[in-house]
Amino acid sequence: MTLLRVDDLRVTFHSGRERIGAVRGVSFQVEAGECLAVVGESGSGKSVTARTLVGLTGPGAHVEAGRLEFAGRDLRNLGPRGWREVRGRGIGLVLQDALVSLDPLRTVGAEIAEALRQDVKDRRGSVLELLHEVGVPEPEQRARQHPHELSGGLRQRALIASAIAAGPSLLVADEPTTALDVTVQAQILALLAERKATGTALLLISHDLAVVAGLADRTAVMRDGVIVESGPTAQVLGDPRHPYTRQLLAAVPGAHPRGTRLSGGQAARVASAASVPGEPVLELRGVTKRFRLPGGGSRDAVRDVSATLRAGEILGLVGESGSGKSTVARVALGLLAPDGGEVLLEGRPWSALRERDRRPLRRRIGVVFQDPLSSFDPRHPVERIVAEPLGVIGHPRRDRRRRVLQLLDQVGLGAAVLDRRPVELSGGQRQRVAIARALAPGPALLVCDEPVSALDVSIQAQVLDLLTDLRAELGVAMLFISHDLGVVHHLSDHVAVMRAGEIVEHGPVDTVFAAPRHPYTRQLLDAVPRLEVVTPGTAR
Amino acid sequence: MTMVDTTRRVPRVPAAGVVAAGVILAALLVAVLVPDRLAAGPDEVDPLIALRPPDGTHWLGTDQLGRDVYARIVHGARISLVTGVAATALAVVAGTLLGLLSALGGRLVDEVLMRAVDVLLALPGILLALLVIAVLGPGPVSELVAIAFAAVPGYARMIRGQALSVRRADYVTSAVAVGVRPIGLVWRHVLPNSLGPVLVLATLGTGSAIIIGSSLSFLGLGPRQPTPEWGAMLADGRDFLSTAWWVGVFPGLAITVTVVAVTVLGRRWQRRFEGLR
Repeated sequence: MTLLRVDDLRVTFHSGRERIGAVRGVSFQVEAGECLAVVGESGSGKSVTARTLVGLTGPGAHVEAGRLEFAGRDLRNLGPRGWREVRGRGIGLVLQDALVSLDPLRTVGAEIAEALRQDVKDRRGSVLELLHEVGVPEPEQRARQHPHELSGGLRQRALIASAIAAGPSLLVADEPTTALDVTVQAQILALLAERKATGTALLLISHDLAVVAGLADRTAVMRDGVIVESGPTAQVLGDPRHPYTRQLLAAVPGAHPRGTRLSGGQAARVASAASVPGEPVLELRGVTKRFRLPGGGSRDAVRDVSATLRAGEILGLVGESGSGKSTVARVALGLLAPDGGEVLLEGRPWSALRERDRRPLRRRIGVVFQDPLSSFDPRHPVERIVAEPLGVIGHPRRDRRRRVLQLLDQVGLGAAVLDRRPVELSGGQRQRVAIARALAPGPALLVCDEPVSALDVSIQAQVLDLLTDLRAELGVAMLFISHDLGVVHHLSDHVAVMRAGEIVEHGPVDTVFAAPRHPYTRQLLDAVPRLEVVTPGTAR
Repeated sequence: MTMVDTTRRVPRVPAAGVVAAGVILAALLVAVLVPDRLAAGPDEVDPLIALRPPDGTHWLGTDQLGRDVYARIVHGARISLVTGVAATALAVVAGTLLGLLSALGGRLVDEVLMRAVDVLLALPGILLALLVIAVLGPGPVSELVAIAFAAVPGYARMIRGQALSVRRADYVTSAVAVGVRPIGLVWRHVLPNSLGPVLVLATLGTGSAIIIGSSLSFLGLGPRQPTPEWGAMLADGRDFLSTAWWVGVFPGLAITVTVVAVTVLGRRWQRRFEGLR
């Protein structure tokens, strides 16, 4: 039975006099009990499509459709009252980040109870039952807690519990695992698979092809507001017809042999760095960093971490959120003083220096942050952003523009961006500018803290290729921090796995990924969704 | 084909109001800047025409000494506006310095400054201004200082909050990592990025500075007679309200209209600024 039928859906946003067509003629249907995945990069219109199905497209949106039917009911002319009947009972919505999707002032139990359509006295039992059903341990206790007291995984479970509370026959999940660590993501995906097994249809919105691969019966690929390709998941991922689908698949680092390019379609080999190990540029020796807790006491964010990074080498640092990898980055950058151990830069003391003495040496170590937008002064144009470090090292004023252009050229940008402000750049351009700025003083080492996590997969591919090229060209070493094992595997020579402030395993990347010794590394690797296509019906 | 239209109109500040506010302010500026072509000077006393109602020669009538009310209002605009703007500027500069010092100067400095600010914020602005005048004695300069003093704590608190959040911004960290010196950090990144909301607040603050200025003059603590000042004129007019309403009502209107105009423009800027964020 066809549960949801959408024909020629168009969503236009009006902003002032401008009209932006976010969704431009999309048609699909979802059968009862099946999972349809809509995959696309940011701005493809996939989230707008999802929200339109529950009547939450947002202010300034104009929705048109040839057909928009759910369980035989026309959704096109529903008033607020009609939508309330459909939402929850007919269609449940699960959003990306449960921390902002749950009311911070109410307990999880109250939040779920609200979604239940029944007498108050029966609610308590049902809430506990639901929490149990979505795999929340100790539901009695959890129901009394507030969202911020729960871990990300538990919050997402609670959110799913509230979405399924009224027994919807369709669950719309908009990037349900994007904000989660990989091991937690695996649990949530398993939970969604369970819901599907009990007969709930799923509309899964995601940017991640691998997430979709294990769960979806059918997959639709969206780009610029239209579906460019759709069909059984096995076919779309295994034998893509549309060039864009092929490009997307090619850009996924995990699906690639190391040492090949991710962007540009062909699997061309990238230039590899000199294989002779160079001098150590960064040495962490037994670094410990302790943070005082608000309620008194302290917590070791980083405990006894040692690592050596040699010239021209890329060391990948992986770990889940809270593992202390960003703290390591800040200690390495000399932004935080370690409470124990020391850091050496190019064989000389670094962490032990006073800031005044450290400042002249800062030109040897550059940094690229996750969110380039927030790491630029919003008022400054690109030229000023890239030139700032040149001013610090006393580069002659007359020559700065030439040098800025040279740096921009190295990261694949032209003079056209010189006068633009950060907000006027695309995500990929911003990260290129960030890299140009980091390279400006001629560093021996780049510290990259989740540099591609905020980027779409095709842009991520370009930035990863750029980093590889720069390493080969300039011989710059990199401390590359990421939660994404595929990315780290693709780029790094060595890898260190962090958990709860400690490095649990480290070694050459191929060894660690092929034969992990520590159980946590194995657990991490197992949790990564794979782009192997599972024939529908045999899915777990 | 049917439609589901979720377009909602976003309420806006009526454009007419903003235009009106702009026109009034422009008119006031003209009054301040353009040399007078008035029937009479502001201080020309003529007992023969004392307390005349508005007519063709004296558009807004004359006061108890036969001075032209219109001429005095136009000349008073210079004093009231200049006092409001200058006092606000002084307060913003002082508040910015204190706020930055508090945010960046370490814990002890912050504690001391902010507790002082807390105490001052607990008192009404006019009371603080009166206190300053009590110390410095009445007069135009001490009036200016008094108004500024009353406004400083608010600006200091705001700049401190802004600077604290900007200081933790990634782009400041990024500048530190590049090796920018502390003074460069403050000058190039922290200060410019903290100022935006304060400048909006300052526009609104100019309105209240004008009111406090007029209030002080009304109480006889501002410029001495016969300087035409709206607050002082209002005080003069108080005695004749039942017989010659124009002496008090027009200066009062001038104060009201100016403050409303400044506030409407300030709110508009505030909205626009918040929209940008």
